[in-house]
Amino acid sequence: MNEQMAAYDGNTLAGPLSEVFAIEVTTAAGRCRSCGTTSEVATFRVYGPGPGFVGRCPHCEDVLLQLVRTPDALWLDFSGVSALRIPMPTDAAAETGR
Amino acid sequence: MARAAIPGGLTVRRSWRQAQILERRPETASASTLAFEVTGWPGHLAGQHVDVRLTAPDGYQAARSYSLAAPADGDRIAITVQRVPDGEVSSYLADEARDGDTVEVRGPVGGWFVWKPEDSGPVLLVAGGSGVVPLMAMIRSRDGVSPTPFRLLYSVRTPQDRIYDHELRRRGTEDGGLEVTFLYTRTAPAGETRSVGRITAEDLLRHGWPPEVEPTCYVCGPTPFVETVADLLIDLGHNPTRIRTERFGPTGP
Repeated sequence: MNEQMAAYDGNTLAGPLSEVFAIEVTTAAGRCRSCGTTSEVATFRVYGPGPGFVGRCPHCEDVLLQLVRTPDALWLDFSGVSALRIPMPTDAAAETGR
Repeated sequence: MARAAIPGGLTVRRSWRQAQILERRPETASASTLAFEVTGWPGHLAGQHVDVRLTAPDGYQAARSYSLAAPADGDRIAITVQRVPDGEVSSYLADEARDGDTVEVRGPVGGWFVWKPEDSGPVLLVAGGSGVVPLMAMIRSRDGVSPTPFRLLYSVRTPQDRIYDHELRRRGTEDGGLEVTFLYTRTAPAGETRSVGRITAEDLLRHGWPPEVEPTCYVCGPTPFVETVADLLIDLGHNPTRIRTERFGPTGP
């Protein structure tokens, strides 16, 4: 367990993740490779912002993702997440833009 | 025009754009609201964020994420910034920024801690300190648009720490279906019957919604506050899937 409380949660990653993903990833549910539970990225416990963000599982505190932005690159380690379930609009919703 | 679930369309990829400071208004001794003009702002949902980036003369950049404080008014957006120790972005925005200054913004971003006017069902808002900002955006978005009943519990240290003080008290009496309750942790105003202290299950029972009415609960504040409130709500019988949380900062209100 981490002794220091996370200052943030995955909501704060929406901007940095929007640089590389075309969909809103914080609403996706990620399965923790370590404990197997599934949590929305928005609920990850996030430490940061410097020198980068570390997102931990809200259940077991294992590291799910790391994100570091440098002037010319974004380094993203999603290796603690074994699967992402990303909500997608239905066809009808996509057609109307809703 | 159909309103997109995520303003700007399904693609959320955002680029940085120029934002000019139109106005800075003090809310408390340590919090200020800044209004920006952002040409071509695509609109946003209550609860969404905007990232603000500052660039120093030597090229050093720092970016932070802030909750949008109000519905967009054309190209005009607003954030409320609480000064934090060692906050290189918040210090500039809260103390040094002047009308006409330009920063860069990226947004809107985020889609989880949001409320949409078409969402039905009662809403419980629980704020600690400057965690009230995204919840205020929800209250402002609701006004005149949705009859959905809202209840806000707002924990602050002292009466002087109430952000949006006058507007919240006005809306608490004028906005039909909105109830506003202040909870004081250190100093209460004269006439307050509740003893000062951190939020309790009793506060949530008395001023929130019973779990049977299945409210959607939005909790925002410093991490210890959010953890405490989320645990209390679950203990009271609220379904964890209807509790949405947003944490910032390690300090308590």
